Amino acid sequence: MGPLSVNDIISGDTNFLLAFFIGIGFGFVLEQAGFSSSRRLAGVFYGYDMTVLKVFFTGAVTAMLGMLFFGLFGWMDLSLIYVNPTFLTSAIFGGVIMGAGFILGGYCPGTSFCGAAIGKVDAMLFIGGLFIGVYIWGFGFDLWKDMYVAGNMGSPKLGEWLGISDGVMALVIVIIAIGAFFMAEWVESLSAKKEESQEIN
Amino acid sequence: METPSVTRKVRAYMNPYVAGVLLGLVLLAANYISGRGLGASGAIKSVVVTSVLAVDHDAAKTSAFIGEYEQGHAGNPMKNWLVFEMLGVILGAFISGIWAGRLKMKVEHSPKITSKRRLIFAVMGGVLFGFGSQLGRGCTSGSALSGMAVMSAGGIITMMAIFGTGYALAYFFRKNWI
Repeated sequence: MGPLSVNDIISGDTNFLLAFFIGIGFGFVLEQAGFSSSRRLAGVFYGYDMTVLKVFFTGAVTAMLGMLFFGLFGWMDLSLIYVNPTFLTSAIFGGVIMGAGFILGGYCPGTSFCGAAIGKVDAMLFIGGLFIGVYIWGFGFDLWKDMYVAGNMGSPKLGEWLGISDGVMALVIVIIAIGAFFMAEWVESLSAKKEESQEIN
Repeated sequence: METPSVTRKVRAYMNPYVAGVLLGLVLLAANYISGRGLGASGAIKSVVVTSVLAVDHDAAKTSAFIGEYEQGHAGNPMKNWLVFEMLGVILGAFISGIWAGRLKMKVEHSPKITSKRRLIFAVMGGVLFGFGSQLGRGCTSGSALSGMAVMSAGGIITMMAIFGTGYALAYFFRKNWI
């Protein structure tokens, strides 16, 4: 029964080896989706290419439903799965700073490594920036430590917050995702039309 | 006469929904095997901690950041799940790039801006993202994507903050992209 490494079904070293293979799959899929291109990634913010939204939501929903069913079938003990903790202040401000980094740099950390792997020089410099940013974080840790640990709410799931079960929460997320897909297709078609009319003029 | 660069075939990108399902299966595998989601920025932290310890071990030991890191991570910081995973990411993207014919050294930028401007903004974006990923306890992979898959309230809040800020600032940086 999963998770395999937490239940000591595989050893720590096997877990690291499998992490390497999982990474290969992760990098391969990201590059195949076009996430090695900053202009394609940035498209989601301007409506000319909504790939990020489609891949991101499809990926999250697939994994979410997969885990719910694995739990239901007794293949996986969901209580042993790591749920990201919620520190309200840092979750918001960290996200805001990352969002600014995204629109300036055109990459996020995972995609920048994909871009660099196929030769994108801008991705390599973005990675250089990542190291500087993490170093600054560590060097000045005393300055922002209070903010980092503020608003600790444990590791609640969104459903717990809203007082609904995981299954119903998942259904709501799926419905939101499907709505987002239709919106993404519509926005892309608008953007394509605009380009067409510009070409005619 | 045709040159090889003209005849070289570049494969199209994968359908985004197919890619998304595959991404979800990779994320599901990570949770099934290791009980955790995917990530990226954590591996950078491991490298930073290792290099700081290597340069000045005694001074580094007194740093609050290193102290905090060592509390949560016993042993060698490079012997870390995310480090192995990220090495795989680089190889996986490289294999995909070879297969698709996309392997090429270049600076990608909008025709409206220079390479130099693109590179300066890339570094600035990286610095912000690196810093923000530490404050937010993970980046788009570890916090937003993996957090959403386990329906973590914090992960979903971080995701909305990342993309919301991107949209809020998009107008001011439009020249860089469109």
